Amino acid sequence: MSNGLLHPTRRGLLLAGGAGLLTAALPGHVAAQAAPIRIGFQLHRTGIGAAYGRWYERTTQAALKAINDAGGIAGRPVEILFEDDATDPKRGSEVVDKLTQADGCDLVMGTLFSHVVMGSAPRAGELKVPYLVCSEGYHVASGALNRWTLQPGITDVRAQISTMAPWVAANLGKKVTMVFPDYAFGHDHRDFFTKAVAEQGGEVIAQIAVPPTETSFTRYFPQIPAETEVLYHVMVGPAVLTFVKELGEFYGTGAKPALFGFVDSLEAVDTATPGLEFLEGSHFWEAHPRVKPADAGEHEAAYRAAVGVDDNGASVSDAKDISTYSHMFSTWETLYFIKQAMEASGYAGPADRQKLVEAMEAISDLPYGIERPQGAKRFNGKTHQVFGTQSISQVQGGKLVKVHTTTIEEGLYEDAVDYTTMSF
Amino acid sequence: MRRNGLRVWALHLALLAVLASAQFWLSPYLATNLARIMVLAVFAMGYNLAFGYTGLLSLGHALLLAAGMYAAGLPALLWGWSAGPAFIAGLAGGGLVAAVLGLLALRTAGVSFMIVTLMFAQAGFLTLLYFAPVTRGNDGFAVAAASRSFLGFDLSTDTPRFLAAFAIFATGLLVSLALMRSPFGRTMIAMRENEERSRMLGYNPFTVKLAALTLSGLYAGAAGAAYALLFGYVGASFATIQYSILPMLYVLMGGAGTTLGPFLGALLMFALVEAATGLTTAHQFIIGAALVALVLFAPKGILGTVRERWAKWLP
Repeated sequence: MSNGLLHPTRRGLLLAGGAGLLTAALPGHVAAQAAPIRIGFQLHRTGIGAAYGRWYERTTQAALKAINDAGGIAGRPVEILFEDDATDPKRGSEVVDKLTQADGCDLVMGTLFSHVVMGSAPRAGELKVPYLVCSEGYHVASGALNRWTLQPGITDVRAQISTMAPWVAANLGKKVTMVFPDYAFGHDHRDFFTKAVAEQGGEVIAQIAVPPTETSFTRYFPQIPAETEVLYHVMVGPAVLTFVKELGEFYGTGAKPALFGFVDSLEAVDTATPGLEFLEGSHFWEAHPRVKPADAGEHEAAYRAAVGVDDNGASVSDAKDISTYSHMFSTWETLYFIKQAMEASGYAGPADRQKLVEAMEAISDLPYGIERPQGAKRFNGKTHQVFGTQSISQVQGGKLVKVHTTTIEEGLYEDAVDYTTMSF
Repeated sequence: MRRNGLRVWALHLALLAVLASAQFWLSPYLATNLARIMVLAVFAMGYNLAFGYTGLLSLGHALLLAAGMYAAGLPALLWGWSAGPAFIAGLAGGGLVAAVLGLLALRTAGVSFMIVTLMFAQAGFLTLLYFAPVTRGNDGFAVAAASRSFLGFDLSTDTPRFLAAFAIFATGLLVSLALMRSPFGRTMIAMRENEERSRMLGYNPFTVKLAALTLSGLYAGAAGAAYALLFGYVGASFATIQYSILPMLYVLMGGAGTTLGPFLGALLMFALVEAATGLTTAHQFIIGAALVALVLFAPKGILGTVRERWAKWLP
């Protein structure tokens, strides 16, 4: 035996050397073969959210490629499973189930429409799987959901609306008439804007709620008081074109109030569409200016190139395919938020999901960078909601031109909930 | 007859035995979905009582589903009711709304009945949106954990949820089977087959149809309440036309006027969606094509065709 040690045979040396080489190669080998992180994406591929869904998918694929090209998350490759929820709350909860239980995803993200979020979040809470929504609804920060549901990629509608009021009151007028769809989205605008504009010394002098099934609006326009200085409109869906066209016919070439709207009305719609001429000179809220502003940040060009959008906000392969630019960045930023929290928490697998949520709750300042092309953000771990800057753009020559940017602070409001005190 | 009776009960009890044991041999994912399917099948069984057996082609059953869902969900949200009373409220809500709907809509028949029920359902949907401060409108609301407990069991966990869904389904199935074997069940079928002749024989079509629609509403109400309490969400989307069409599809696929058809339809529809979404992003095309094929080649649905060709004893 000792003879063997003192006088190694050639075969023994080869074996030992081979084993040594294998051992040295092992860590690299393991890293290359590491099980991928699987992220489930609840996608509005069909149903009323399909136009948004198409761009959410493209943006997410672009972010995924960027992250994997840079080494993945904590050295592990990332893969994303997209599952259509038909923009329906019932199917939404089934999709959360499928992605988590059948497909074994580490977490679920990506939901936009509020009612799908409301329908799916209870199931995510039951399955104890992190559920990161990109919805801009106030539902997360209001406390209506649970410890597992977070919104780290987009400012909620309450903050968005509140930041618009000071600018509207100072620049467009103090007597506001609101026209809004008569359901949750419209009611958020009605409630938050009315309060915010009153704080600025302005007044909402009429609130005109339009049933969501309405297809013609002419009978509502006579309800707009003559002394109206600002007409605040947030109609959505296919009715937008009719609404704007009929509004133009109503006012004709005579005096009209200043118009202010939310670009949600015109996401995926070309502002130069015939029939929308009446919007010329009017203002819109935008989260992320569709037309590249002259003072755009240093990462704007790289982000646009990655998601395949030109300087006008249209697809580089089809100028008629307008993006949902003011919302889709949220999926990109959410994916980078996941990366940051997973790396901070040392996430290894589903057993670490609670640790992952705690790491997310511990995140606060999110500086501007390629991870956050829309702008710097501040995440509130207690309310699970992120806050960012907002923009106001004016339609000039059929294009949206950015004229104002708010600060993060303008959108902050008192906490309505502390999710960190809730049990998992 | 007696032999058929034994065969029928044995078939139904065997199905229930298989379903009861399913939670032990299915994956948690499939077991949860089976619970969903059983709840939706209760809705479809109710639809089948009205459409399959009595011949009332309604396009307004979403209203009845939503009535049960909100009658159970709102007391839970506003006053913190627990699952037991909330479920009973949902059951009653579905039945009551169906009775009122019937009093008004049953003055019409055929296509007019379809349109009137559709209009009522649409009015119900808009009412939910209009009273958004109470109903939470389009967004809906999550049912609090405290309201999702029944006799100390947490209905948001797998086993109690499955058992609750199974209990409601089994009750619904056995009641509908007993009903179809009862004289009243035969009167319902008589209304479907020939209303004038039934009237001549001394039956009052209005009261029979009203009773059938109310029963149907009880089923829909039970399903709506069960969905709210077992899956924790209440929302106006359940009052949209889509949820009037779904039970019709389940019933047509499984076999209208068969006791097991609604469950089979709900099960196959789920399987079809699962299979199609795994194959292509154009999954709705596959589902549509499958439904068209079904209507072309088996217009009586699967169990309707089986009954016609091989098993005339199927109820």
